[in-house]
Amino acid sequence: MVISLQNISKSYQQHQSILQAVHSVSLNIDKGEIHGVIGASGAGKSTLLRLMNVLETPDQGTIVVNNQTLTTLPNRKLREARRSIGMIFQHFNLVSNKTVFDNVAVPLELTGYSKKAKVDRVNECLKFVGLEHKAEQYPAQLSGGQKQRVAIARALANRPAVLLCDEPTSALDPQTTAGILDVLKTVNQEFGVTIVIVSHEMDVVRSICDKVTVMDGGKILETVSIETEPYMIPDNDPKWFLEQLTEKERNSNA
Amino acid sequence: MPDIILKYQAEIWQSIGETFVMVGLSIAFALLVGLPVGTLLYLCRKGQLLENRSIYSGLNIFVNIVRSFPFLLLVVFLIPFTRFIVGTAIGTMAATVPLSIVAIAYYSRLVEQALLEIPRGIIESAVSMGASVLEIIFKFLFVEARSSLVLGLTTSTISFISYSTVMGIVGGGGVGDFAIRYGYQRFETELMIYIIVMMIIFVQAIQFTGTTIAKKLDKK
Ligand SMILES: Nc1ncnc2c1ncn2[C@@H]1O[C@H](COP(=O)(O)OP(=O)(O)OP(=O)(O)O)[C@@H](O)[C@H]1O
Ligand SMILES: [Mg+2]
Repeated sequence: MVISLQNISKSYQQHQSILQAVHSVSLNIDKGEIHGVIGASGAGKSTLLRLMNVLETPDQGTIVVNNQTLTTLPNRKLREARRSIGMIFQHFNLVSNKTVFDNVAVPLELTGYSKKAKVDRVNECLKFVGLEHKAEQYPAQLSGGQKQRVAIARALANRPAVLLCDEPTSALDPQTTAGILDVLKTVNQEFGVTIVIVSHEMDVVRSICDKVTVMDGGKILETVSIETEPYMIPDNDPKWFLEQLTEKERNSNA
Repeated sequence: MPDIILKYQAEIWQSIGETFVMVGLSIAFALLVGLPVGTLLYLCRKGQLLENRSIYSGLNIFVNIVRSFPFLLLVVFLIPFTRFIVGTAIGTMAATVPLSIVAIAYYSRLVEQALLEIPRGIIESAVSMGASVLEIIFKFLFVEARSSLVLGLTTSTISFISYSTVMGIVGGGGVGDFAIRYGYQRFETELMIYIIVMMIIFVQAIQFTGTTIAKKLDKK
């Protein structure tokens, strides 16, 4: 077990009322697993994910990641613990005034890598996501899929045991989504990184996850093991879009 | 070179020097104190990393009070404080005290606003990487806001020049004071116009430099 949430609750003060975003949730995620979290908007998926690295402090409950109880760690230790928990986001969150290289270098600088080791590691990570030729470009010069690859390289730089993903493909088109999902799968298989992926796209979850937790109203409805089905990779052909569109129409007409 | 300028050459150079001292020290205080104060204002806001109501309110009230004072009244009001700091309330050094206080208040507000433009997600990613508050400030906030910070400093500098022109009332001297004393009060209208033109060119040059640097730094 690499992530263990025990009886976690998190509420937010919203105007006069209190909103229970996550309500006494317990969840265990095994090492090497790709674990999906799915549910309607507002179900508490992002909050649950952000609790896993204590980006949100729980009102109650215990969070254990990599055998460390994050909920009781002093601030400095918590920061150290976070270095082995990577995170990627829907909107990538790259520093737009840093080059691709410098973005990936930041976590290494925080860990105190030497200059030489840093350069090597950044290049290694960029090569892994296939963007070594973009090292000197700025995020604004990249496509959405490339930005997410940089974010993945950055999250992997410190060789984390866990990678938390909040809607990593929701801002991307289907082709690009398929590419990112492939990268995540490789991260899991090659480096044994445990991945938690929040999504509201059924296809995404189905194509990559071993287990899926369904959330509703801040609670876990159920966690199920699934057989992965390959993500339908559409080709770049504009005809494909047409076919999809007309097929839908035909189905709804029928 | 027009005769009138040659005639007052020495005085003109001296007044330019005084303006440089007053504006230069204001910029220094804006950077050394205003930048940290503005950053603290931002960080202590509700929902930010160092959320702290009393620090935020304290700084916020200081900035608002200084900025709402009519500047000449502030200069007069601060005379006892100025005397305490530099030993006299008269002269160029004395004039830099109220100017620097305005500079701190003015620039810190612009710094706070520049930092507020940074998307929340950037800070979240920094926290998720295990960055400390200082690391977040230097590796994320200042990097992401650098072109707004430069533009803010440019605007501030131009305001400081404008404020410095009235420092004649405490014997601060400077170009503005020179233009008033020689150009206006001694009816040397030509001289006054030359000085005004010189200041316009000077301000344009500062704005141009600031905008150019900001553009260079901005990769968004
Ligand atoms: N910082 C916050 N302050 C107040 N309320 C919040 C905050 N973060 C989340 N909430 C509330 O908590 C509930 C759960 O939010 P959460 O972001 O976890 O949902 P989600 O399942 O990720 O939804 P989506 O699919 O739209 O991203 C929502 O009702 C949301 O409004
Ligand atoms: Mg969400």
